[in-house]
Amino acid sequence: MATHVRAEAPPAARSSWRSRLYRFDLKASPYAFIAPFFLCFAAFGLFPLIWTGWLSLHYVDLLKPDVMEWRGFGNYTRLWSNDQFWTALRNTFTIGVISTVPQLLMALGLAHLLNYRMRARGFLRVAILAPYATSIAAATLVFVQLFNPDYGFINWMLDLVGLHPNWYSDTWPSQIAIATIVTWRWTGYNALIYLAAMQAVPKDLYEAASLDGANRWQQFTRITIPSIRPTIMFTIIVSTIGATQLFGEPMLFGGGVGVSGGSAHQFQTLSLYMYELGWPSRQLGRASAVAWTMLLILLLIGLVQFLITRYRKRHELGG
Amino acid sequence: MRTTSRPRRAAVAAVAVLAASTLLLTACSSSSDKGGSGDANAKITLNVGDFGTFGYVEAGLYDEYMAAHPNITIKYQTTQDGQKYWDALTTHLGSGSGLADIQAVEVGYIAQATNTLGDKFVDLGKTDGINASNWLPWKSKQATTPSGSMIGLGTDIGPMAICYRTDLFQQAGLPTDREQVGKLWAGDWAKFVETGQQYQKNAPAGTFFTDSASGLFNAVLSAQPEQYSDASGKLVYKTSAGVKKAWDLAVSASQAKISAGLRQFQDPWNAAVANAKFAAVVCPSWMTSSLSKYGGEAGKGKWDVAAAPVASNWGGAFLTVPKAGKHIKEAAALAAWLTAPEQQAKVFTKVGNLPSTVGGLQQPAVQGAKLEYFNNAPTGQIFAASATSIQPVPIGEQDGNVKTIITDNGILDIEEHGTDPAKAWDNVTKLVDDKTGH
Repeated sequence: MATHVRAEAPPAARSSWRSRLYRFDLKASPYAFIAPFFLCFAAFGLFPLIWTGWLSLHYVDLLKPDVMEWRGFGNYTRLWSNDQFWTALRNTFTIGVISTVPQLLMALGLAHLLNYRMRARGFLRVAILAPYATSIAAATLVFVQLFNPDYGFINWMLDLVGLHPNWYSDTWPSQIAIATIVTWRWTGYNALIYLAAMQAVPKDLYEAASLDGANRWQQFTRITIPSIRPTIMFTIIVSTIGATQLFGEPMLFGGGVGVSGGSAHQFQTLSLYMYELGWPSRQLGRASAVAWTMLLILLLIGLVQFLITRYRKRHELGG
Repeated sequence: MRTTSRPRRAAVAAVAVLAASTLLLTACSSSSDKGGSGDANAKITLNVGDFGTFGYVEAGLYDEYMAAHPNITIKYQTTQDGQKYWDALTTHLGSGSGLADIQAVEVGYIAQATNTLGDKFVDLGKTDGINASNWLPWKSKQATTPSGSMIGLGTDIGPMAICYRTDLFQQAGLPTDREQVGKLWAGDWAKFVETGQQYQKNAPAGTFFTDSASGLFNAVLSAQPEQYSDASGKLVYKTSAGVKKAWDLAVSASQAKISAGLRQFQDPWNAAVANAKFAAVVCPSWMTSSLSKYGGEAGKGKWDVAAAPVASNWGGAFLTVPKAGKHIKEAAALAAWLTAPEQQAKVFTKVGNLPSTVGGLQQPAVQGAKLEYFNNAPTGQIFAASATSIQPVPIGEQDGNVKTIITDNGILDIEEHGTDPAKAWDNVTKLVDDKTGH
């Protein structure tokens, strides 16, 4: 008996050790697999984020980043009473709206058209992505020439109807010009996302609808739009983030006065304001405060979008 | 069971190795190998970092130096964008790594180098074979720190003249001969604006007398004994007589509608040069190359150069030797050689950068230089004469910022939007307080 027990015991211990190891393996391995991303994220995403937050509570000179002077929330309260910050915030909002809204509407329309059978469909699908593949610098260079108030093609056309806007120095024309560059670059990109979503809509829905006598517009509003609603929500969120961080287009469009967004800051966005504070003015602390304010604004917008979606879902289910 | 667990362990191990190697990589990147070389004949490599066109490669100076010093190999790195170059340089100076043995610094940043970063550079004034009095006095003073060490050797300077189009002047009924044109405004910038009003009366359709009120502001201010900062480096622009004079003159030019309201060196400005939309421009020696480049064949021989109302300087650079370099002594010797009068004259004949040494300006190659594009104007003489009568002025750390705000957000705002000058000035002071305040 005793020998039997002794003979039995070691395998039992080994198997429990093994099963524990197995369970540990089962639970821990997935974390090990995703660890590279989170390690990188912690090093290059989370740490800079927290460090920027810490910087934003200090006065820091760009040339002497190791000397920090505690300032508390002073950098933030200073933003509140700063005209230029509010101008930049307003510009970011207006340029964001006049670039995002037409961009997404046009993308929807284009995707709907490309979803039909037609000649050279493959070529057209690739062609609409071409602007997205163009670099901001190259695109802006061309648009700067087109919008030149004295020698540009656009004013040459507008002169025929007696209009002569100054696309560089006037507030609305300059913002429209920048929004045009953004729209030109991103419409095709969004159209392809919509197209991918539209391909997943069952074809028999359209067949049934056309049997019922629905025209293409009715098919678009009654079938396509409701079916790809989550995708539309996704593009709105991505575009909002992009619009809040708008930097390259106004910077390059403004040329030498790009950083200050024109002589009267007429097209300075929040990102440009942040850059102007951080680099030419060498005030890293205040630039960090702008960076964090931008993050908070984005989180706020995200929260609003989330609440709207939830309200709508509940409303639809209830009704 | 055993077979599946092995790859998993391998993956865990791989992750561990990856994480460890990332740590190692970051830990190893800071090296510290300083100190001079004991053996004078040891083979060494000197690195030179600069921006834009310094002309050392074009004039073959590196090859010449290496031939005379067989133990030295020179490597160089040039960046086109001066702002990006400076941003990278300050970062490297801050961390004490990634620096070349010789680093060029533009005059717009020299005050930052002498004040905030002064202790990062070698005091070249105490180096054998370098004599501060070789340079124009105001030039070596610009590169001297408050404690008296000279950290930079002047390369070139930008004394100003007025470039003007003889064809447009003639059509407006003004003299075209460069001597007579210079007399129109000799001694006073206000006379320059008056000439502009005269020009505008009979001006060819669609043309303006000058390109920008900001350019005029720069020109007038550069000649003032009191500018943005006082001798201690404190900003005094609000009460500065020089700034007020330059501002008032620029505003008067804008209100007299003699300025095309362009921002210099931008596309519209380039196009205006090509299309002969303005008749005169305040032009430092280096600007002649922009004018001939954008003016093209059509403008050849139609431009000429006359003396500016008052002598002043715009632009120029320095060579510095960072303390963090490996071969400080040899680097200082090379910098001294590159900025010596003979070498400066060679650079001038190749790329047109005007010498900053007294001896360099007196070289026959400089004195006798003529520009064919500018109707064979004796540019060497005109610019050299202007260079010797420039007066030294204190430069502060924030001067660059203040200048940008005054010209881009003040004067340009008046020109583009017709903003009331008093309101524009109010806006300028608000912006400067905001950007330069603690």
